[in-house]
Formats: sequence, structure tokens, C-alpha cells
Amino acid sequence: MAKASTFQDLILTLQNYWAAQGCLILQPYDDQMGAGTFHPATTLRALGPHAWKAAYVQPSRRPSDGRYGENPNRLQHYYQYQVILKPAPENVQELYLGSIRAIGLDPDLHDIRFVEDDWESPTLGAAGLGWEVWCDGMEITQFTYFQQVGGIDCDPVCAEITYGLERLAMYVQDVEFVYDLKFNDQFRYGEVFHQAEQEFSAYNFERADTEILFQHFKDAEKQCRELLTGPASEGEQNKKTKLALPAYDQCIKASHAFNLLDARGVISVTERAAYIGRVRALAQACCQAWLETDMGAYKPRFG
Amino acid sequence: MPDLLLELFSEEIPARMQAGAARDLERLMVGALTDRGYLFEGIKAFAGPRRLTLVIAGLPAKQKDVREELKGPKTDAPQAALDGFLKKTGLSKDQLRIEKTPKGDVYMAVIERAGRDTPHVLAEIIPDVMAKLPWPKSMRWKPGLSVRWVRPLHSILCTFDGELVPFSFAGISSGLHTRGHRFLSEGKIEAKRFDDYAQKLKAAHVVLDAEERSAIIFEGVKQAAFVHGLEMIPDEGLLAEVSGLAEWPVVYVGTIQDEFMDVPAEILQTSMRTHQKYFSLRDPKTGKLANRFALVANMIAKDGGKEIVAGNERVLRARLSDAKFFWDEDRKHSLESRVEKLKGIVFHAKLGTQYERVQRIEKLAGEIAHLIGADVEMAKRAAKLAKADLTTGVVGEFPELQGVMGRYYALHDKEDASVADAIRDHYKPVGPSDAVSSEKVTIAVALADKLDSLSGFFAAGEKPTGSGDPFALRRAALGVIRIVLDNKLRLPLTTIIPMARRAAGATALEANKLDEVIIGLAAFFEDRLRVALRDRGSRPDLVSAVFAFDAGDMRLAVSRLEALQAFLKSDDGTNLLAGYKRAANILKAEEKKDGKTFISEVTEKLLSEPAEKTLFAALAKAKSAIAVALEKEDFAAAMQQMASLRVPVDAFFESVKVNADDKQVRENRLNLLAALRATLHQVADFSRIEG
Repeated sequence: MAKASTFQDLILTLQNYWAAQGCLILQPYDDQMGAGTFHPATTLRALGPHAWKAAYVQPSRRPSDGRYGENPNRLQHYYQYQVILKPAPENVQELYLGSIRAIGLDPDLHDIRFVEDDWESPTLGAAGLGWEVWCDGMEITQFTYFQQVGGIDCDPVCAEITYGLERLAMYVQDVEFVYDLKFNDQFRYGEVFHQAEQEFSAYNFERADTEILFQHFKDAEKQCRELLTGPASEGEQNKKTKLALPAYDQCIKASHAFNLLDARGVISVTERAAYIGRVRALAQACCQAWLETDMGAYKPRFG
Repeated sequence: MPDLLLELFSEEIPARMQAGAARDLERLMVGALTDRGYLFEGIKAFAGPRRLTLVIAGLPAKQKDVREELKGPKTDAPQAALDGFLKKTGLSKDQLRIEKTPKGDVYMAVIERAGRDTPHVLAEIIPDVMAKLPWPKSMRWKPGLSVRWVRPLHSILCTFDGELVPFSFAGISSGLHTRGHRFLSEGKIEAKRFDDYAQKLKAAHVVLDAEERSAIIFEGVKQAAFVHGLEMIPDEGLLAEVSGLAEWPVVYVGTIQDEFMDVPAEILQTSMRTHQKYFSLRDPKTGKLANRFALVANMIAKDGGKEIVAGNERVLRARLSDAKFFWDEDRKHSLESRVEKLKGIVFHAKLGTQYERVQRIEKLAGEIAHLIGADVEMAKRAAKLAKADLTTGVVGEFPELQGVMGRYYALHDKEDASVADAIRDHYKPVGPSDAVSSEKVTIAVALADKLDSLSGFFAAGEKPTGSGDPFALRRAALGVIRIVLDNKLRLPLTTIIPMARRAAGATALEANKLDEVIIGLAAFFEDRLRVALRDRGSRPDLVSAVFAFDAGDMRLAVSRLEALQAFLKSDDGTNLLAGYKRAANILKAEEKKDGKTFISEVTEKLLSEPAEKTLFAALAKAKSAIAVALEKEDFAAAMQQMASLRVPVDAFFESVKVNADDKQVRENRLNLLAALRATLHQVADFSRIEG
């Protein structure tokens, strides 16, 4: 049980481990998002009756967490490793502990605990029960049994496992400053990302054009709604069908535009709730539409 | 008699829900068993991170037999009535008995139900109880099943008298097996009886009883502290929580790095407690926070805990770096410069921002300071800065440190010590055991803060209701009462309530609501004061007797109450009260008869009996003496004067006939009694006193 000695080793180890458990190894989604949960492989696939097992790295953007590259562990761009298992296997805690062993944390030497932490995403209209997993007092994983996504009950219930990769790597590598992480044997994390953290912090907090962002939000919202308009009734002349997946892309974009506006400090407390409500409404509509598609309802055309 | 053993084994149950779940399981089982006629010797439920266990001792092997007699229709009743009765009882006609009654012959049915075997009853009860167990938050996890549990349930162990009780819940069949500690045991454990079960679990590193775990942790932390020459800072809430986070608690001690030791102790302690669930330790000699902490792991590590301690120290270092960063950053900006930022924080939709709130409090604190002789400028300064720490990084991270941090920052800004203390203490008292400040500047700010909330929320129509008090207004009113009483302040509610209302100024809601708010607040305070005085052991009737006096001056009301209470305990007091009651009763009856109230002056020349002359003279003397004493707020002296009336009153009733034949003499004597009533009512409303 050698410790994953570099950041990319950690990722590769998790990829291999979850691949061996029968997971699809997917790639990051190509839209900016706040967490791996937003990936349609989680949000949409968590719904409907069909089984699903996937794992992937998702770059996650949290504009207001930017610290200009000065904070030892806070980043506006970081990586999550996301595993989604549907239905949740009965031994899912054991499977998870297997992954912890795989990356070199020996439960016989450490204090690993499941501490209550229910998860909720007001923007996705999603909620679940679970824990944060502690290793020697540090949160290394978020573990959630989804109960609802897009306001729709999940049945079967899936298990979502989210590792904060930088944090976990810092623990495994015994590093206190995130930029000191060994990305591989040659490069440090800081060499890859430090400048990006500086520049994006300035963008997120100072330079992002709020007028443009407000317009982006409106455009995405409008496009999302438009894509979700389908024939009002069977046999209607209107041949347009709902396009759940492109609509959901727009929902992701609206969410990110909101996060940027929030970081720019131009959204007041009262407006904030209203904006979150608007994104949630989009997410719910996308989820509804997804369940009406062949894949969402499990009428596969292939395979 | 046989025992029941039940264990419900699941994934990790939130610590805060464990005790409640054990209580609920016990309560529901007791209910279900007594409903079915069972008596048993004892019951106990246990809860821990992964299991709920219930043991019932001395449960009979069979349910009691039940014999029931049912009276049916008369023998000459229509066939339909008989058919109905047969259907209801499930018997045939020849199984019925005929009984003679005064009203004629009736059918009687005797129903005998043999008690069922207990395992059958249990197999029926337990799944039902499990379905009813009210978790604060529960989840679905089985595909296609709506059944809920707090987290996925894995196994059910259930035996009665050492034998399996077969049933199923959520598709899980009961069995004879469980598991031990997640990491410190291997494989399944079979258990059929409680003693065996508890023993095997202990061998598998599970302490079943939360109290035992809690005791292990308490002793462990105490010992570990002692080894380092330290003592633990008791924290019952934390102890209860960590007892729910470990099946096999092991205490380890870690070190706080020196660079953090000049960060305020409150920050260190709060960070350790809320984020990491560590116990803080202190030096028993100085009482100062020590550079050690105790952590409770759920693990006996192979290396003796070296990695665990190192890991926890590392996590704490990151946590404290964050906290220290905030602490250092916060001090770069003065509190004064932060006041402006309060404009961005909404206090309440109808009551504006924290900035507007602070402006109101500042004005009010100045006025109150003037009334109580506090330094007006200091009070206004403290009020202005009182909420500025809400914009600091530390308070953002640890809201419970509001005020405490404000004081530190104020001292750093070289504000006056009285201002700094007021910033910290103006939130007090927060609970019944919390002390009340006696510093005048603090008092002014604390009263202003509470009165502003009270008048603001009352004006906004957010009064507390029977079911809820989301803005803690009862606590605020009680705080005002305690501050006024403990400091013996002359601060009548009739002055300060309208003052608070006026301070709202521009942000006040419609002006015509003003009276309504003041009236509402006065009633609310009266209610709170009654409760507060009752809680201090005062008799409710005496509270009522003094309430109408003193125009909302709670300090006076309480001295009056105390003097009255003491007086009524004396011989003179008891007798005078009896005399008063007799006089009041006579007056009531005669006033009703005559249809008028006796309030006229007593005509001296109509007095003939020596006893009435004496009473007249005594009353004249007492009346003015009492008035003088009351003027001086010397209630003890007023009571003494009343005591001087006892003998003449007793003598009067002994020898004088009130209802004299002569109409004029009668009226004059009634007027004399009315004078007695009026004299006593100067001090308290005696008509409300019982006994």
C-alpha cells in the first residue's frame, strides 16, 4: 500500500480503483461548474430508473474562493473526483474504504470516521443524507445518498462520493501549502496553477464585466427555456421537441454566471435568493425534460 | 422469565440523533407491549454510532389469555339483530348463552382469546415500531421501497429467550448476528442473549452504553490532562457529541503550535470545539488555555496513535492558520471604519440594515446613559461600535464570538476600556445563569440594544406567539428586567418604552401604530415581570397586588412587593389583612344594598364609641405617615405604619356595631371603614391578596 506520491498518481489510482469496480471512467464536462455534481453524468443520471456507475475528475470553479494564490488551501479552481453509483451498492462504505486504502491511507493507522453532514444544493434543487468522512480530524470526502435532484425523488437512490483532490493530496503528501504539492515528479502544483489563481482572482473579484455577466445570465436562461419548449400536445403541428441536454448546458452556464456575479459583490442578499431560485427553476425543468427523453426514461435505442 | 434482545445495525447514525432514537425505541416498544396486555420487569435502550439496541427483561413467554363477555340482543328481538351480533362475535347461535335480566332474556356471548406466543407478537410489533420510529431526518435507500431509516440499515438481530424471533423490515430478515467495530474487529458475531451480546461486543471493541463511553472519555481526558499538569475545560455538549462519534473511544493529546498561542483563547477554543471537536485544556494554576488539546478517536492505532496525533495537529494547524489570518487581517481595520460596512448587512427586512439599527441603538443608549448617570459619550461610542465586529473575518467564521471579538478589536483600537467591555457584554444576559453587568456604560448599551429589538419587532408585527419566538424577544425583555432589577435602576417602563419607540425615528413604521406598540410592549413586559417574579419565588397574588402601582418602575414594584411579603408574614400583617377583609366584605355588601360607594369624609362628631374614635385618630395619623413614607419610597416604614392600625382595627370590630340603627351613624361608620380601605390601598391592592 504505497502512498500515492504525486497529485496525478492520486488521480490515476482512483481512476484504476473505480474502473475495477465497474465504473465508467468519464472525462470532465466541458462547461464551467461549481462542483462535480453539476456534470450531467451526476445531475441527470441520478434520475430515472436505470442503473448507472461512473467516475470522473471535474475541475470545479468557485469564483469567491479565489485568494490571489496566497491562501495555503483555498482555490477558486480545484479538482473534485466524483463517483456516482446507482443504485447505491449495499457495501458502498466498504468500497469507499477500499479506495482510501488504495491511495495509501491505512485505516489501521488512522482514525477514519463518518460524521453527519447532509448535503443540499439549492441551485440544483437537490438534497441528500450522508457524511463527511474524516481522516484524523480532516474532511477528506463527502459521501451522500441522493434523495432528490431537480425537485424529483431519486428512485433508486444513488450514492455520490466526492473527494477534494488537492486536500486529499496535501494530506497524503504531508504538504501544508497547496502550491507545494508534487503534481508529478517534475512539476509542483504551483507551477501549473499559481498564476492562474492570481489572474482569475483578479478577474473574479475585480475585472469581470458585470453587465456582460448579467446579460449572459439572461441569455442562458432564455435559451434554456426555449430549448425546453416542446409540442403542447400530441399531434400538434409544432414539430419542435424538447432538448434536455443542451438546455441543461444553459442551466450550468447560468449558474456559473451567477457565481461570478456573486463574487463581484453585485448581488444583494435579497436578490441572491431570487437568482438561486431562477437557476433552480431551470435545473428542475431540465430534469423533468430529461426524464421524458428515451435515455432518461430508459428506453435505450442502442445496446 | 425470558428476555428480549433487539439490535438494529446500520451505517453511521448522526451523534445528535442517537439518544432520542433510543428513547423513542423504548417508548414505542413499551406502548406496543402494554397495548397487548404485557407486563415486564425492565427495559433499556442503547444507542451508538452504528446501532440501536433494546433489551427487555422478564417478558412473559405468552400473552395473557383474554376472556370477554358481550351482551347481545334480547331473545325476542328481530332476526336481523341476532344476525348482526353473531357476525360481530364470530360465533354461532348455539354458542351463545341466554341470561335473564330485569328487562327480559338476552343473548350473551363469551369470547375467549388464548394469549399468543410472545415471539409471534414480537414479530408483529417490532417491524411496526421500526416503521414508526420518528427520526428527525431519515432516508430511502432500498430500490422500489418507500421505507425509511436514518441511514441504510444492514442487519437486525432479534432473540427472545435465546431463540430467533423471525420477521423482516425493509427486506432484511432478522437473524442472530451483528458486527463489531468497523476497523478493530473482523467477521460476524453471533449472540442470543444480552449478557453474551454485550460481552462479545466489548471484545469486538464496541462500548454499547453511551453513558459508559462518555465516562471513558471524561476520565480519559482528565487523566491525559493530568499527565501534562493540566486540567480539562468541562464541556458537556461536546462530551455528549463525541460519545456519539466513537464505538471505542480513545483519547489522545496533541500540541498547539506556539505561533498560535497569542491568538485570543476564545478563538482557539471555538475553532477546536466547533471544527475539530477537541477538548481544550488549561493550566489549573493560572486558568489560562494550555497549548495542548485532547482528541477522541475511534481507534487504537497500530503505532500507538502517532499518525493520528500528527494528522490532527496538522489539521488544527491549517484551521488555526485560517483563524490567525482572520485575526491579523481584522486588526488592520478599525472597528470605527467597519461601521459603514454595516450598511450592507440586512438586520430584518422591515427594520433595515445593521447600520440603521446601530444608529437607533446609539441614540437610545445616549438617552438611557443620561437617565442612569452613565458617561453619555462613552455609551454612544460603545453603541456605535457594538455591531461592527459582525463584519470581521473571525466573527464571520465563528458567529458565536460576536461581542467577544469586538472587545478585542476595540482594545486594539485603543478605545476606552468601558467601551470595549460594553461591546462584549451588551449581549448579556443570554441565559438564566448568565451574569448581568453592573458597568453603567454596558448597561446603557445592553438596554438600548434589547429595547430597540423589542420595539422594532413589535412595530413590525413580529410579536412572539405561543409556539415561537424567532427573534428571542422574551429573552430580550427578561434581560431588560434583570438588568434593571439587579442594578436597582430607577428606569420606569413608562419612560423607556416610549423612548425606544421614538428612537426608531425615520425607520419607525406608521406613526399611528405608536400607541398600539407601546401598549403591546407594556403588557408584554408586565407578563414577563410576573413570570420573573414568580420564578424568584414571589406569590402570584402579591405580585398582582402591587402591580398597578409604581408606573412601570420595576425597582419600586419589587421593593414594595418585598416589604409587603415581609409584612404579611408578621402577626400584625396577618391580623390586619383579616381586618381588612372583614371591612371590605362589609363595605361590599352594604355598598350593594345602598347602591353607592362610601367615600365621604368621616364626620368626627358622629363618632360615639371609644373604639371608633381611636380608629379614626389612628387612621388620620397613619394615613399621612404612610404617605410620607411612600414619598420617600420607604416601604418598610409604610408597613410599620400599617402595623400600627392592627390593634385599633381589631378593637373596632370587637366592640362597634357597624350597621347601627341610626342611619347617619351607620353611614359614618361605613365611611370610617372606607377610610381604612383607602389607607391600605395606598400601599397595595389588598383586595387581590389571598388568605
